[in-house]
Amino acid sequence: MVCEPVRGVSPAYGRDMPRSPSSPAFWRSPLRGPWFTSVLGVVLLVGITVLFVTGLLSYAAYNPDLSPVNDQTPDKGLLGFYLFAWPTDPSWLYRLTQGTHVTLGIALIPVLLAKLWSVVPKLFALPPARSLAHALERLSLLLLVGGGLFEFTTGVLNVQLDYVFPGSFYPLHFYGAWVFFAAFLAHAVLKTPAALRNLRHLRHEPPYEEGELVSPNPAEPTVSRRGALGVVGGGSLLLFGTTVGRGFDGPLRETALLVPHGGPEPGSGPGAFQINKTAAAVGIDARETSEDAWRLVVEGNGRTVRLGRAALLQLPLHNAALPIACVEGWSTSDQWWRGVRLRDLAALVGYETDTAPDVLVESLQRHGAFRRSALRDNQVRDPRSLLALFVNGADLTPDHGYPARVIVPAAPGVLNTKWVARMTFGDL
Amino acid sequence: MRVPFRRPALGSPLQLLLLACSFALAGYAGVRLLADDWFGVALWLVGAAVLHDLVLVPLYAGADRALTRVLGAAGHRDWTGYVRVPALLSGLLLLVWFPLISGQVADRYRSATALSGDGFLSRWLLVTAALFGGSAVLLVLRSLRLLRLRRARKQRPSAVH
Repeated sequence: MVCEPVRGVSPAYGRDMPRSPSSPAFWRSPLRGPWFTSVLGVVLLVGITVLFVTGLLSYAAYNPDLSPVNDQTPDKGLLGFYLFAWPTDPSWLYRLTQGTHVTLGIALIPVLLAKLWSVVPKLFALPPARSLAHALERLSLLLLVGGGLFEFTTGVLNVQLDYVFPGSFYPLHFYGAWVFFAAFLAHAVLKTPAALRNLRHLRHEPPYEEGELVSPNPAEPTVSRRGALGVVGGGSLLLFGTTVGRGFDGPLRETALLVPHGGPEPGSGPGAFQINKTAAAVGIDARETSEDAWRLVVEGNGRTVRLGRAALLQLPLHNAALPIACVEGWSTSDQWWRGVRLRDLAALVGYETDTAPDVLVESLQRHGAFRRSALRDNQVRDPRSLLALFVNGADLTPDHGYPARVIVPAAPGVLNTKWVARMTFGDL
Repeated sequence: MRVPFRRPALGSPLQLLLLACSFALAGYAGVRLLADDWFGVALWLVGAAVLHDLVLVPLYAGADRALTRVLGAAGHRDWTGYVRVPALLSGLLLLVWFPLISGQVADRYRSATALSGDGFLSRWLLVTAALFGGSAVLLVLRSLRLLRLRRARKQRPSAVH
């Protein structure tokens, strides 16, 4: 048995429902109470912490401190305090961290909505402030709720390519995350002890509760609190189940029913794996990628080398099985790439392979934020980092970057530049 | 009384310190967040909270109340969950994937990814149908079980009621 309606708790409320939402009796759901809110709060405490950490990792994965072309947030100041050289091992690192970030974020949406629903009476509570600390706490809650919804909304819109938010996604989502996390941290410190105290009843949900969230005039229950939590969990599970498959190729991706990059692979044959931007979308003309027209320019040490595709094929070719993992949270399984090692290209302009420097890579593409991008020396030196010419045993397709593309283990997808035209080696 | 009447209370100093730290960090990031289009961003931040608390919550709470009332009036209050749960789950999917389901990004999606952007509406409708269908099956099974229980009781009139 759960949430027995409390009869005759206060005759002052009468039989009529109060009109003002500032009156506790206006809120009649028998579900609201410290236990329900605490369960959701603790789930979010863990979940949002994971989202924040994986988000910071994704930011570091772009190596924004390496070169301005990688840096979408040049004013970051102290917020970049933790940046480090993004590793190349394990090769599925970004696939895991960013897949977790986006998939978990999507699965947490029902929990966030339920949590906000469970505390909505507090929004209208009067008096507006009992003390200065209370007034500031309520102001901080605006940042918490507004910031949280802002982060979830911009993330969900960005993965659906719906760029309606006011500005570029990277700075909005990054700075917004810090604003949200500042409020989240204060809220967590203030509320976690009480939430954990409430959760001592986790096994046996209390039949009767007192507290500011408990309705003094509850309606007759149609579902238990446990049942309501089950529905929230079911919503998370449904979102998770229809999303998680987009981190894998083949039949698993088909299970991702309602999510970008779910469902069947594009096209057929060796190039039938996920594409972030097609050649047509970024203005690649087949004439400029033809055997006659295309030349790769390799620069560094004051030297310049020009190579056509035929000349590249004369260099030692190597294989690497590597995934593509996008900031939008989808990824492919390992693909079989074949091409020239980046460090061998550095050697063409006189660098020793084991001391090869950073490289600036430029694409033929006309527009797009990352048509120029920088790779760090540890990425250049990794023997699996290739300028790929083939994938899965065939020439690259135009949409996968023909005539040549970069593929680097564990790097975010956009740093795997397609339609490469120029590579400039040297310390950045 | 020596204490001046209605002197504004400060509250816990520790809490004040914590909130001050929080606002300092939020401010540091906030000026960067607002640097380009401060009005648009502020509108989104505050608007998200207002839209959620004053539009979305009343909307689904009202819909839920109407559902309970209608089913209650029809004498089927115990059916509430069988309608509420699939409706909630389907609504959740619609809320999260609205840009895809509505088709408003279909052209951009197709041009960028070489994938079809048109299938999302029909897939959402299929998932919705499956959710309501599954719920209906559970309701029928439950009704059958109740019916059987009632019959069993009738056949044993000595059973305690």
